[in-house]
Amino acid sequence: MAIVTNHEAETTEDAVVPSSRDDAALKADGAAAAAAGAQAAKTRRGALATSGSPLVRPPAAAHLSDEQVAELGRELDAIKDDILAKRGASDAAYIRRMIKIQRALEISGRATLLVSRNKGAWFAGTTLLSLAKILENMEIGHNVLHGQWDWMRDPDIHSTTWEWDFVTPARAWQHTHNDLHHRWTNVVGKDNDVGYNLLRMDPQQEWKPFNLGNPLYNAILAPVFEWGIAIYDLELQDFKDGNKSKEALVKDLKALGVKALKQFTKDYAATPAVAMLTGSGKQALYGTLTANAVRNVWAHAVIFCGHFPEGTDTFTEEMVEGETRGDWYVRQMIGSANISGSKLMHLMTGNLSHQIEHHLFPDIPSNRYAEVAPKVQEICKRYGLPYTTGPMWKQVGSTWAKVFKLALPGGGKA
Amino acid sequence: MPWEKKYASIQHKVNNMIRLRKLARAASVLTTPLAPEDILSLFNPVFSARQLRGVVTRVVAETADSATIFFRPGRGWKAHQAGQWARIGVELDGVRHWRSYSLSAPAGQDPAITVTDVGAVSGVLVRDTRPGDVLFLAPPQGDFVLPEHPRPLLMLTAGSGITPVMSMVRTLVPHRPDADVVLIHSARTPEDSIFREELSELADQFPNFKVTHWFTGERGRVDFSSAAVLDELCPDWRHRAAYACGPEGFLDDAEALWSAEAAAAAAEGSTGSEAGGSHQPEGPFAADPINLIIERFTTSLAAGAGHDGGLVTFEASDREVEADGGTPLLDVGEDAGVLMPSGCRMGICHSCLIPLRAGHVRDLRTGEVHGEPGQLIQTCVSAAAGPVNLDI
Repeated sequence: MAIVTNHEAETTEDAVVPSSRDDAALKADGAAAAAAGAQAAKTRRGALATSGSPLVRPPAAAHLSDEQVAELGRELDAIKDDILAKRGASDAAYIRRMIKIQRALEISGRATLLVSRNKGAWFAGTTLLSLAKILENMEIGHNVLHGQWDWMRDPDIHSTTWEWDFVTPARAWQHTHNDLHHRWTNVVGKDNDVGYNLLRMDPQQEWKPFNLGNPLYNAILAPVFEWGIAIYDLELQDFKDGNKSKEALVKDLKALGVKALKQFTKDYAATPAVAMLTGSGKQALYGTLTANAVRNVWAHAVIFCGHFPEGTDTFTEEMVEGETRGDWYVRQMIGSANISGSKLMHLMTGNLSHQIEHHLFPDIPSNRYAEVAPKVQEICKRYGLPYTTGPMWKQVGSTWAKVFKLALPGGGKA
Repeated sequence: MPWEKKYASIQHKVNNMIRLRKLARAASVLTTPLAPEDILSLFNPVFSARQLRGVVTRVVAETADSATIFFRPGRGWKAHQAGQWARIGVELDGVRHWRSYSLSAPAGQDPAITVTDVGAVSGVLVRDTRPGDVLFLAPPQGDFVLPEHPRPLLMLTAGSGITPVMSMVRTLVPHRPDADVVLIHSARTPEDSIFREELSELADQFPNFKVTHWFTGERGRVDFSSAAVLDELCPDWRHRAAYACGPEGFLDDAEALWSAEAAAAAAEGSTGSEAGGSHQPEGPFAADPINLIIERFTTSLAAGAGHDGGLVTFEASDREVEADGGTPLLDVGEDAGVLMPSGCRMGICHSCLIPLRAGHVRDLRTGEVHGEPGQLIQTCVSAAAGPVNLDI
């Protein structure tokens, strides 16, 4: 008799759960519901226990009791909840402002390179483009790909749609970085970021004559860092070990090929080609090459400062066996290091200068790390845990010292 | 203003430029991994590679708690038919929310929605929308549209249910002398009655349009329990194609009346034929059983209460599983043999996101129940709170 066209209503927002129904369910289930909830939380695969202890607690945290670690976990959870409650329009405005600034830098830099036969234009264009690339990779790309802005539900700024100005495809990087590195931070044998399968960065890693080249490899890696990461994200070692299928590798290789071709074309073919109109083709090519190298050296330095400076700990697999929520937090804190500096410094590192806070809460908006940092530092102090931080030059020096030291056999902590 | 004019002409040029797809593709060589639209959006917010947008051009207050918002949509919008609705995305404290609103502008003109403040999203739209604001859009859709061939119409509306019908009236009445429209519109008071003056003016001006304003504050709800009211207000109502839009109870009552009339007519028809009579039964039902078209505003799935689970439907995988309220949807899917994306399993890496088609989920870390169609769910830390449909 009737055609009924259903669509969700303007009134969806009013469709709250009737309180009477809520009450009835609570009465019916009573304590059983609470018990079921607790049990369900425990059975969640991958969920960490709220109490207990790992087989071995890391030495830096060995003085803490199970209850203290659990309490520390609750305190850090509370810090996160506080940020999630505050997160809103001002944060959204922040990331949109950053994206606007970055795009303005990008187009003005590239446009200036089109006339880079003029030396001043070359310097200006190269500087602008370097800044654009750094901002894009660090404060925007890295953080968007972490899902820090997913809460906005904006498809233009979302971890599932974002692609960055970096050779490795976003999806490949998200797997090795967000999942493997952040979950297994500094666990030797589980987190390949400890040396990226190239460098010997921990005494626990067996020394081989190949490692004599440690400083050389690192020096070569820095200016081509994006290619190093791209190869790293292919997980060739996993393929060799039979932990990654051939199909998966072929798929990743194809994705990398397409991405690399696009990146290459943009910077080393299209931009110089347009610049040839003003006779600046060669200079523009040098400009984009320089900008990519500058970004690579900077990203390499910042990222190496995250987990390699003196004072950061690495962990054994026993230390994560039976790890509780609180122990997971402890590992993130004592396995990471911050960089101290100005606001501009924090921005240019993509707030990875707050590496400790980032590792505790990888998906809170990056503009909130500065606000969280003093609270985390206070907690570390109160629980007697190291909170490693220092100026950039000192941290970079410290990582290079480690690169040299571990080129030789041994290298246990002095 | 000359500036505006200049701006408009620049925009026109930019629009034309963008229409040249080839040029856009060529430009993307220089903008990759961004699309050229991402750069153009610096200058005009309508541009986006992923998301249809519109810019608000005018906001007109209708009643104390309703307003009409006119907007200029970007590329990708298709012209609406009278009676259709569109999904509109609005930001509340930085978070995108989507709601569906009927378009009240006549077909063939720039789109406009008329919104009544009944909750958080509509409240913001009614109170805080200003010209120049950006609205996120999905193209218009819906089957609540005018019949293909002209025929006498009866419109029954209540409250904000007038909105899609207003689009029909505006499309039909002034332009089609052969139109024959009777509208019975119910609202609480004259002040609450959206479009009251415009409807009365149209009725004065065009003899083919009759309107009855029914104020429930004075006369109570329109009584559909018998045909008496309709017989009085629109004696030939059985011969009209009827459209109804309004709250649930209003539509249920109307539907019941039409069903009863149809059953009666059918019974009459069959007794007639048994008696060997050759004449057609009276009324339009036998000839045309589709006589009442309803636009219903309903939520598709209600949120579960307490720690209820619910039926989880994996739509693309064509699997249904009953899940409890404590098991992550990721585990539910994996146990059901669905190829679920996964990562850290502790809610930090966002590898397991799957779009929610319908229903609500509970965040197992915080206990918060949430869910909006299209929202991406972290399946490793979300459990079903009532029935859930996932797009995988």
